[in-house]
Amino acid sequence: MTDTATAELKKTSLHARHRASHGRMVPFAGWEMPVEYAGIVSEHMAVRTRAGVFDVSHMGEIEIAGKNALAAVRRIACNDAAQLAPGQAHYSGLLTPEGTFLDDMVVYRMAPSHFLLVVNAGNVARDYAWIREQVSTVGDAAVIDSSSRYALIALQGPASRATLQPLTAVELGELQAFRFAHGEVAGARATISRTGYTGEDGFEIFVPPNMAERVWAAILESGRAADVVPVGLGARDTLRLEAAMRLYGNDIDESTSPLEAGLGWIVAWDNETFIGRDRLLEQKARGVSRKLVGFEMVDRGIARHGHQVVCDGGAVGMVTSGTHTPYLKRAIGMAYVPVEQSRPGTELAIDIRGRLSRARVVPTPFYKRDRDAQPAKGSPLISR
Amino acid sequence: MPYPDDRQYTKDHEWIRISGDTAEIGITDYAQEQLGDVVYVDLPDVGASVKAGTAFGTIESVKAVSELFAPMTGSVIEVNSRLKDHPEVVNSDPHSAWMIKVRLANAGDTGSLLDSAQYQALLG
Repeated sequence: MTDTATAELKKTSLHARHRASHGRMVPFAGWEMPVEYAGIVSEHMAVRTRAGVFDVSHMGEIEIAGKNALAAVRRIACNDAAQLAPGQAHYSGLLTPEGTFLDDMVVYRMAPSHFLLVVNAGNVARDYAWIREQVSTVGDAAVIDSSSRYALIALQGPASRATLQPLTAVELGELQAFRFAHGEVAGARATISRTGYTGEDGFEIFVPPNMAERVWAAILESGRAADVVPVGLGARDTLRLEAAMRLYGNDIDESTSPLEAGLGWIVAWDNETFIGRDRLLEQKARGVSRKLVGFEMVDRGIARHGHQVVCDGGAVGMVTSGTHTPYLKRAIGMAYVPVEQSRPGTELAIDIRGRLSRARVVPTPFYKRDRDAQPAKGSPLISR
Repeated sequence: MPYPDDRQYTKDHEWIRISGDTAEIGITDYAQEQLGDVVYVDLPDVGASVKAGTAFGTIESVKAVSELFAPMTGSVIEVNSRLKDHPEVVNSDPHSAWMIKVRLANAGDTGSLLDSAQYQALLG
């Protein structure tokens, strides 16, 4: 990395905090972001057992508003935004006319005719241009790239609610998954959403960039007794992979469809207007030839993105994500494989740097939180 | 963490502690810090030959995989079997966590190795 390239990287409003917390900064999708602070394993475990706070301000925000905003969103997104009430969000896909992923995103219905799309950092410019072009044919809806107007802080883990509640008048217990509310956090105007990318309970908090440091510090202070720690992109990746959440650019991209990626549940067939629908209908009728599956390694080693799945001496599929998971303590991953090799229990051969290693198809998610779990009695959380 | 004076170092961030015609080989504190949490260490079998400057094994962290380079030429006489089940000691105690012991082909051939001060100067 040359100095020039470093100088061009964007910094979030929490950059100074990351430096102060000894975050190891790396380039990511045009941003300089913390990959880890204390270490991926300890940060991962903190989120599974306590809570962690993430700066995800690099994520993009695109807003669509106006009389035809709903029609516009139903045109560009494969899920059906008509099913959302204001205050509700869902996971969705931005598809090409071929029915493949331009991006994946969370769609928030802010008001009856106002939607906010949270998209991947590396895709913002392309998504925005694409959406503008498509929406211009619908008319009567404005599209804005409002990424610079929001800092986004995620608080994830079983102690999230107890950490955040003292900082806000919003009744978090009443905020169900994929619902959001407007209010204040630590005195800053905020939108609090019960969403995340870790497989844990938690919140994503949109705040004005100039308030981000204040909210970040307040969360860490409130979470001090429960040992809430900052978490970098490294653990964000291992956490999402344990939860089998897809990562754009790894598991899904312009060459893969929601049906192949096991994301048929975000395709709302009742939405007859979305781009790519015809091709997906064909694919559904014909049946997909390959599927994204979860696997765990039988042999030692970690299969990583780009390693080939081999059968009878030839490549039949590709690993899209792989790691050693700190919580499950196993090497796991996801791969596209031929449908006939996609059943759980099937043994796969993966070429790891020239060595054929055995893996086994397993059901996903690899990790699922216990929704009834309560913090242990006598923990600082509830004795406080 | 200090870099002990009882051994020598390479530009690839391995250390070698020579004792007579045998030596222990491991990776430095700087190397483990760059790698992050180590989850696998793949080492050669006893009897294998290792050649100065070429890979003798791999080390894999949650983040990435790296090759291990031999500081000197020789043959493996012992492998640290503890690392198979406890690779994390490479992170917690890198300068004690030797990986292989080798019988050196030429114990005097230490020309390209760095001493502690030179290695720390390299790290800057």
